[in-house]
Amino acid sequence: MANAPLLEVRDLKTRFSLRGSFLDRLRGREAGAVKAVDGVSFELRRGEVLGVVGESGSGKTTLGRTLLGLVAASEGSIKLEGSEIAGIGERRFRSLRRRLQIVFQDPHASLNPAMTIGASVGDPLTFHGVTSDPQAIRRSVAEALERVGLVPAAQFMDKYPGDLSGGQKQRAVLARAIILNPDLLIADEPVSMLDMSVRAKILELMMDLKDELDLTYVYITHDLATAKFLCDRIAIMYLGKIVELGPSKEIYENPRHPYTIALLKAIPEPDPTQSVPRDLPRGEVPDAVAPPLGCPFHPRCPQAFEVCGWESRDLRTLLEDRWTRLPEEEYEAERKLIGELGSLDATATVARLEAAPGHGGELALEVLERMRAEAPDDPFWRGVAETRVEARQVVVRFHEGLEPRDVEVGSTRLQCHLYDDEALAQAKQAAASRA
Amino acid sequence: MAAGPATPAPPATAPAPMPARRLPGRRLLAQIRQAEGTPKRLLYAGTAIVALFLVLAIFAPLIAPYGFDQIDANGMRFAKQASPSSAHLFGTTVQSTDVLSRVIWGSRTAVEVVVLSLVFSISIGVPLGLVSGYLGGKLDRALVLINDALFAFPYLLLAIVIAFLLSDKLGQGIVTAAVAITVVYVPQYFRVVRNHVISVREESYVEAARALGAPRRTIIRRYVLSNVIQNVPALATLNAADAILTLAALGFLGYGIQPTDAAEWGYDINRAIDDVGAGIWWTGVFPGVAIVLLVTGFTLVGEGLNDVLNPLIRKRRIRRPEIPEAEG
Amino acid sequence: MSGEAILSLRDLRVWYGTEGDPVRAVDGVSLEIRSGETLGLVGESGCGKSTLGRGVLGLLPESAAVAGQVRFRGRDLVGVPPKEMRALRGPELGLIFQEPMTRLDPLMTIEGHFLETLEAHEPELDGAEMRRRSLESLAGMGIPPTRFKQYPHEFSGGMRQRIMIALALVLNPKLVIADEPTTALDVIVEAQILGILADLRESFDTALLLITHNLGIVAESCNRVAVMYAGQIVEEGEARQVFAQPAHPYTRELLRSTISLSTTGLHYIPGAPPNLIDPPPACRFHPRCPNAMRVCAERDPIEVALGPRATEAGAGSHPRDRVSCWLHGPGSEVPPGGTEPLKRGEIAIAEEA
Repeated sequence: MANAPLLEVRDLKTRFSLRGSFLDRLRGREAGAVKAVDGVSFELRRGEVLGVVGESGSGKTTLGRTLLGLVAASEGSIKLEGSEIAGIGERRFRSLRRRLQIVFQDPHASLNPAMTIGASVGDPLTFHGVTSDPQAIRRSVAEALERVGLVPAAQFMDKYPGDLSGGQKQRAVLARAIILNPDLLIADEPVSMLDMSVRAKILELMMDLKDELDLTYVYITHDLATAKFLCDRIAIMYLGKIVELGPSKEIYENPRHPYTIALLKAIPEPDPTQSVPRDLPRGEVPDAVAPPLGCPFHPRCPQAFEVCGWESRDLRTLLEDRWTRLPEEEYEAERKLIGELGSLDATATVARLEAAPGHGGELALEVLERMRAEAPDDPFWRGVAETRVEARQVVVRFHEGLEPRDVEVGSTRLQCHLYDDEALAQAKQAAASRA
Repeated sequence: MAAGPATPAPPATAPAPMPARRLPGRRLLAQIRQAEGTPKRLLYAGTAIVALFLVLAIFAPLIAPYGFDQIDANGMRFAKQASPSSAHLFGTTVQSTDVLSRVIWGSRTAVEVVVLSLVFSISIGVPLGLVSGYLGGKLDRALVLINDALFAFPYLLLAIVIAFLLSDKLGQGIVTAAVAITVVYVPQYFRVVRNHVISVREESYVEAARALGAPRRTIIRRYVLSNVIQNVPALATLNAADAILTLAALGFLGYGIQPTDAAEWGYDINRAIDDVGAGIWWTGVFPGVAIVLLVTGFTLVGEGLNDVLNPLIRKRRIRRPEIPEAEG
Repeated sequence: MSGEAILSLRDLRVWYGTEGDPVRAVDGVSLEIRSGETLGLVGESGCGKSTLGRGVLGLLPESAAVAGQVRFRGRDLVGVPPKEMRALRGPELGLIFQEPMTRLDPLMTIEGHFLETLEAHEPELDGAEMRRRSLESLAGMGIPPTRFKQYPHEFSGGMRQRIMIALALVLNPKLVIADEPTTALDVIVEAQILGILADLRESFDTALLLITHNLGIVAESCNRVAVMYAGQIVEEGEARQVFAQPAHPYTRELLRSTISLSTTGLHYIPGAPPNLIDPPPACRFHPRCPNAMRVCAERDPIEVALGPRATEAGAGSHPRDRVSCWLHGPGSEVPPGGTEPLKRGEIAIAEEA
């Protein structure tokens, strides 16, 4: 029983529907949905610290809130010590909140400005009917404040949040979170809004609390550097999926997913002998409303290959990238040969590049050939199965992409075709047929 | 207007100085005491005026020389339309009532109606705004629709209609007038509170309260209401000022309080119109001045409170410091 | 090797008025930036670095008072009327702020923004030339020319910040002041932008004042660094030198507290940054300094030149590599017994952040 996981998450999905334009709403049409959390699975053992690392749009914050029932899960399962807690409704969830707590990012906004610290920290006791005796409450609050280092407790109890510094506020927030002795604490960027000279103190406090109170943490952050200290395992998230999950040591010493590698490279080191890394993935995290086909990281991945999910939009990105680097006259010349780029915005494995009115498709094809000749190693070209001209269009057909699936590599779980034997085999076939 | 690549936005706000210690319940008083200069004087002036009328209202039986519809004393009927004299400091009306007494009794009417309508409006408008803002959904949409409809109605017409409808059941007394005025002002509290609630409910600390397991009732009361309530006092006093005018307008038009029930300034002014032609000024001027004074008083208090409590306005009064010559 | 002094601050002080005593946000700062140089101004929240940036640009609120000298290419900017400042901002002084979302007009296309800027400051250019310059600037920041006519809301946060930087650079200003330009951005985008900035500076010889709390990006992209604490500069020098051998205890402690991938232990500075209304007497860091001596609590530290590049020639100039700390003397100014370690009570946790 001791080895049973505290939390079991299977294929969790959280979707937000978008309000479309006025016309869309009139017609009763939804403008689409954002799959903030798109099929996340993991297990959490008692006493462990799991880091969930990702940039904006990765879904890490939504994941945290979904685990705590602050946001309703759309699909999937969350089991707390074997019992299902996803989708059980607000009322039933309330009683569980004694065991699951959260610490938010902004210490200045997490405390009610109209309540004293003592009242804020003690409130959970009244919510759950633990005690209504004011003396008992005061004692518990004092104890919690002392545990987080806000001493003398009596002095802090009557202060208002406005009287405290950022670090002190965050400690008060921690006191409030632990006063009911929860099992699981989700910390969403707990130190990113604090000064550097103070972060270490709060992190240390969190580690002490974990040992003293036998807590289990989910530590959500964008900063791999702080995660290194706290976390036993790390999950890297990208566009709603976990792309790499493994023991801390493995992630830092032997990162496998190209995104993980990029993240680690990009972290600034306070070492002037090192300069800014130059071989970073191009582009940015794409819009979650219409994520890329296949592997969501493929448009930016330096190691992408045949089956990663190439599509029409990638051609547009490539063209725009090229034109950004050309001097203006050359750009203008090329631009004249090609029509509206809008036709490339389809999420399809066939790209139809329109030639400019009055021109035939051959000129547009020439542009593509030129591009290829100038940068033949760009992963994009590995994804191209064939190019042909059809009247005034250049038709580019890409290899069929595969959805990435979980693959075990040593003690790490990955979603990357580079490590997926089937994907590699399929790519080999595709490359052969192209040649 | 291009000034530079990044058209500079309004200058950065200065870093907030350490706030004063605030004790529960005394936050408001502490901030008032901290006020300086003109706003403080205005606040005090307004409070003095309002206090004066309160005193007149409460102690009317003791202060007023005569009853509000008293036309004789000691067996002698009062003179008709007599100009101000030692016996009748503000003169008498065409009905032989004493103007001074009617002004004083009128204070009582005004205060009663305004206080009553304030209590009604706040106890209806604030909770509705809270619930509507926090819960959202269909309830919110329905309430907002009703609210906007009431807002769109010309307020005086609305008050007249309500007063008219209620006069059957409740007669044309203080309560009717108060309810009519309530209906006019509830939408204001509803709207102000609802809007503030909508922004507060997105705050981190409200989400934190949910995460801690607070029942919805507690969240609304302790986490939302206490942060939203600070707008209400200023709004209430400004509405009070407006309510006096509405009451007077109702009285002027004949839809207000029955003259037999109580004295009312608006009604008096209506009666005084005929006197003007004859050069009889005291029947209209004194009630008129009373209205102006009380409305001004409430407005000064309201604006003063706004000034004191609203941090944005307060910042305007901060002055540039003098930097002394560097030492050494 | 370095060029002319583009920006020179002499004993700059910026105090904000409050309802009580003023906040001494910048309290005696002298600084110099030469053409082509990148100076990182580093400090934690509340040290006054943002105020300094805004003070130079004339973007302070009404309640702020400025004293001292701010010379930009030889011209004193303190007290210059707002109209003149506006003319300077843009062609001479570029600015990049932290939040790009609020600085671009949502109703104007990117093309519109660029044309507006160019028309205002370089009206002699014709339309084609303006377009060429704009596209070039945007391309330098990785924004494709095909998106020239789009609106700000069609771009992501990272791209908007790049557009802001492109706008700042299109007029080829001599000095760009960037206040936390990448703080709100993801780490990969941040690295991309820093890389681009480094390249551009080499091509255009633009000086850059980079104001930030992030020591990592200072190390990666600045040649010089100045450390600010409680409204004053405590240390300045070549980035490599300062990071390798920090002279001031605050710099050293700050470096030790910075958590990066190579950090081995958690370290923090006890206590909290001081209240700028009533900062500690003498050396402002002494209540938290592990090396504090008695003199540190009694007398203001004296600025001392450091290293081979000591005092520059010229009237009124000041050493470029310097530190303000009694640990570096001058010994002649220290009263007898002053070098004894300072005894003070345990810094109460209550005082701590």
